[in-house]
Amino acid sequence: MSNAHSNKATGPIPDNAATKTADYFDERLGIYGAAKKNLRKVFPDHWSFMLGEVALYSFIIILLTGVWLTLFFKPSMTEVVYDGSYVPLQGIHMSEAYASTLDISFDIRGGLAIRQIHHWAALIFVSSLFVHMFRIFFTGAFRKPREMNWLFGFLLLVLAMVNGFTGYSLPDDLLSGTGLRIAEGVVLAIPLVGTYLQFFLFGGEFPGTDIVPRLFTIHVLLVPAIMVGLLTVHLILVFYHKHTQFPGAGRTEKNVVGLPLLPVYTAKAGGFFFIVFGITAALGGLVQINPIWSYGPYHPGQITAGSQPDWYIGFLEGSLRIMPNWETNLWGHTISWNVLIPSLVVPGVMFTFIAAYPWLEAWVTGDKREHHLLDRPRNVPVRTGLGAAWIAMYLVLWIGGGNDIIATHFHLSINSITWTMRVLFFVAPVLAFVVARRIAMALQRRDKDKVLHGRETGIIKKLPHGEFIEVHEPLDAERLHFLTSHEQPTPAALPPAVDENGVARKLKPGEKLRVRLSRWYFDEKVEKPTAEEYKEITSGHGHH
Amino acid sequence: MKKLSARRRHPLAALVVLLFALAATGGLYAAFAPAKPAQAEGAATALSDIEEGKKLYLSGCSSCHGLNGQGSSDGPSLVGVGAAAVDFQVMTGRMPMQQQGPQAPRKPVVFTQEQSDQLGAFIASLGAGPAVPREEDYALEEGNNAMIAEGGELFRTNCSQCHNFAGEGGALPDGKFAPSLVDVDPKHIYEAMLTGPQNMPSFPDTIMPPEQKKAIVTYITGVTKDEPNPGGLGLGRLGPVSEGLFVWIFGLGFLIAAAIWIAARTPKARTK
Amino acid sequence: MSSNHDMSEEKLPAAHAPAGTLDPFADPGLPEHEPRRTDIDEKAAKRAERQVSLLFVISMLATVGFIASYVTIDKYRIVDLFFFGKIGALNLALGVTLGIALFCIGAGAVHWARTLMTDEEIVQERHELKSSPEDREAGIREFQQGAADSGIGRRPLIRRTMIGAMALVPLSGVVLLRDLGPLPGNKLRHTFWGRKGPEGRTVIINENTGKPLKPDHIIKGSLTMAKPEGLNQETEDHQPNEHYLAEMGKAVILLVRLEPDEIKSKKQLEWSYQGIVAYSKICTHVGCPIGLYEQQTHHLLCPCHQSTFDLADDGAVVFGPAARSLPQLKITVNESTGFLEAVGDFAEPVGPSFWERG
Repeated sequence: MSNAHSNKATGPIPDNAATKTADYFDERLGIYGAAKKNLRKVFPDHWSFMLGEVALYSFIIILLTGVWLTLFFKPSMTEVVYDGSYVPLQGIHMSEAYASTLDISFDIRGGLAIRQIHHWAALIFVSSLFVHMFRIFFTGAFRKPREMNWLFGFLLLVLAMVNGFTGYSLPDDLLSGTGLRIAEGVVLAIPLVGTYLQFFLFGGEFPGTDIVPRLFTIHVLLVPAIMVGLLTVHLILVFYHKHTQFPGAGRTEKNVVGLPLLPVYTAKAGGFFFIVFGITAALGGLVQINPIWSYGPYHPGQITAGSQPDWYIGFLEGSLRIMPNWETNLWGHTISWNVLIPSLVVPGVMFTFIAAYPWLEAWVTGDKREHHLLDRPRNVPVRTGLGAAWIAMYLVLWIGGGNDIIATHFHLSINSITWTMRVLFFVAPVLAFVVARRIAMALQRRDKDKVLHGRETGIIKKLPHGEFIEVHEPLDAERLHFLTSHEQPTPAALPPAVDENGVARKLKPGEKLRVRLSRWYFDEKVEKPTAEEYKEITSGHGHH
Repeated sequence: MKKLSARRRHPLAALVVLLFALAATGGLYAAFAPAKPAQAEGAATALSDIEEGKKLYLSGCSSCHGLNGQGSSDGPSLVGVGAAAVDFQVMTGRMPMQQQGPQAPRKPVVFTQEQSDQLGAFIASLGAGPAVPREEDYALEEGNNAMIAEGGELFRTNCSQCHNFAGEGGALPDGKFAPSLVDVDPKHIYEAMLTGPQNMPSFPDTIMPPEQKKAIVTYITGVTKDEPNPGGLGLGRLGPVSEGLFVWIFGLGFLIAAAIWIAARTPKARTK
Repeated sequence: MSSNHDMSEEKLPAAHAPAGTLDPFADPGLPEHEPRRTDIDEKAAKRAERQVSLLFVISMLATVGFIASYVTIDKYRIVDLFFFGKIGALNLALGVTLGIALFCIGAGAVHWARTLMTDEEIVQERHELKSSPEDREAGIREFQQGAADSGIGRRPLIRRTMIGAMALVPLSGVVLLRDLGPLPGNKLRHTFWGRKGPEGRTVIINENTGKPLKPDHIIKGSLTMAKPEGLNQETEDHQPNEHYLAEMGKAVILLVRLEPDEIKSKKQLEWSYQGIVAYSKICTHVGCPIGLYEQQTHHLLCPCHQSTFDLADDGAVVFGPAARSLPQLKITVNESTGFLEAVGDFAEPVGPSFWERG
């Protein structure tokens, strides 16, 4: 069947040790059926399809290095007097957790490298998850039948951030303790149960002696176990659904075009694992991260300027920083809006929006079909605009979280930065939406122009009568198809106010809103060039 | 060259150029950033002369601080600030101030050490204040490990909240900032603690005895300034913000470049 | 659902439309496969093979280098490198050799795939995930049969009690979490300063020297970090004091001297001694220690979220997300010793807000 292959395997099945071993397993596990189905499974080639792989591989790196670290780390807050080799802390009281992290960093060979690889991989993990999600979002890969896998991926992102924060808190240095102190303040602000939650979480008053061992269990056991489970399901679904692909010649909703798992993707994806690991390991050797020895042990009365969390918690920090100081006292109870809104409500809304987006969009568009061909972001301007708005909001919060660093490095006033961010929190998303949508529309227009008038070649020709023109080259059939194959749905319309019997129709609740949103989604568009337009232009008077 | 021009119009060309430009800018910046400001050698110990100091004061300082150091709307009173304050302000170039601003920044030094001492003698004659510390007050004690550890503990209690864990400085309200302590003369660090320049609070001997100040100076100079970065490139020792930026620009940048290479189609042979 | 269609690797028939007759935008089908140089030129293929092997050899050498570095380089050795500055030699060597060893395996594999493995695209078909109507019906029927056999629909008593039991049983797990920590009680309302009762005096200890303070120690413009007497890292019998950090987290204060006429509030003046005021060092926002004192403006800035407090105005918030003033500690001087002492506890809970705070 696979006439695509010049070197199709033929001839008798070899009767060697490898075949015998495989037979042994097949008789017990029935592996040949799975092999027949999957070994030559096709994966489409595109660099953006490998972003998820970066996340997967950095997760594996984190697991490997993390296991090594547990061999030396002591998750205990028992107080010890440091007597290791780092001179500036000798004789200082500190927790065992901090002391053992110092030992890993200075006295265990390779310890610092592994610690730094672990930390760099964690930062890469979360950032690649974000970029991976952006790719899925902007190309519409979350649409039916992949909504659930979007949700699994979303949960992985949230868990990754949780686990990042717990890991950041384990060494019990001044920065991580400050982060925990802030977390404690946030827990305390939760209405009704906050105080109890805090006492249960910390085993008494902050900081107590329980939090590090407890976070350790969460960090190395609870969350990773859930993540491995989710990840497995996520990957099985990717396999089962078959990968999405970009539109193009020969690529349809009914097929998948690409290269086979064995050998090409085994080599490419397997090779990429080693590349990711190699780059992360080199970072661990070349670039210092989280020098906990400089921060000193945690002490609730000490603090450093520039107290920041790792980047993925930075947006929460910024959110806390730019929030105005609202607090109410009702019937003897304090509600700290200044903590609740920025640390729970704002991220809650932002992340629920991401989680729910596939269903939101399907509801608005009313689209119930399966989609395996990706959208180009320009062809869905509203979705692209929404994504840009979300990123803008996130960025504003993120920048807000570094306002002190920005103030000192650009000689600005921290107060004016905070005020600017307060305004931008509302303005920037709107601006980003408008701009992104405009750009998408403009790109659609450019595509249309290319289809009708060909590609600018950059070659200037002088005509006999002296006029200079740029030569436009007509696009080939593949390109023409690629640029015109997207759908342009018409917006939903309300049914007539009365039905065929003249009886007033009862609208389902929300139907009006849906129609309005649908119009907002689809109304503004650049009409695709039609075959007639194309023929008219190409047949008659050349390219102008 | 032909190959290059053929790929110039590749959709990713702009991205590649941008990455190169970013890398180049970052590299150049990192290469040029740690330029050391000029440091005047304060070796001269000529006898200070109140009269000479007064002359210098009248020409360089009195327009803001008043004819008799009583202060004005443009500058605080200098009565009782002592010679240590003068030495710090003048020999770090903060005074004379060029323009009014949120705070006086460090600048190239205008006066010589001798002139500064003369100014200090004059100011000290207006009212008693801390004298310029002697060299043994702040001289580093190499190898005194206990002192370094004590200095670190004191630094984290009293200093790091403004100056950052590595003495890199930090932000204060309304455009003011706690300056970096890297490359600051131990004497000037000592004087700053003693006198509390501008908005910095002072740490007089009554609440921080001289040997503790010496411990702090030892810690700052020995640890935050000269300490190697065992883990590699220090990224400005600013903590997680620079690490986050680095991972997005370079970490993810390299990985995406690798992904582009892996997924790109191998060039075809020219068969036609 | 697995059919042999899954394995069909057919190219779609090329649908090249003669110009002018059909839809010019129709799908032309997969383009003809073009060979790479390595596909047609055995020399080029050999070269690629050598390149791949070279990468694998480099990886092997790097691993040898890793082991050699681990064994030979002293773990405390520092090297001074251009651009990097003074950095740890062992960490550098281990990271870089490991990085090269891993990277070259990956690069070799990818180069192999890109030059020597097939790059001829394969087409596989997709099938709708939805089951066929027959499967759907059969599936539902099986379920109905199972449900009917169980009788769960016909026997509501079983159904309800089962749901009840299942709903209750997790409660045991919740109850078991009770001993995670003590109940808050009024621990958040009291600090070490108040352990001698409302009017009890506690000597204020300078955190730097560990000694009591006298009023003339605290000069104008200075900043003093202080704690209550008796709160130490070690107990009297030289055991680590396990409550030290928790108590310090509430008890740390800072002392500054203001001119009495700068103090705007009467209460603040009464609680001060000759212009010396004591404030909690713990931010009322989420509890970071605040020590960024500006001696000219008397403002105190929190480095975590930039809440700014005015120490000359009852510790009122002038900027940032904190909602409440910084708690002040009433101080006085012991006539016989001349030492500064705190009178009782803070009048309000220090640190972040909480629901029961009121």
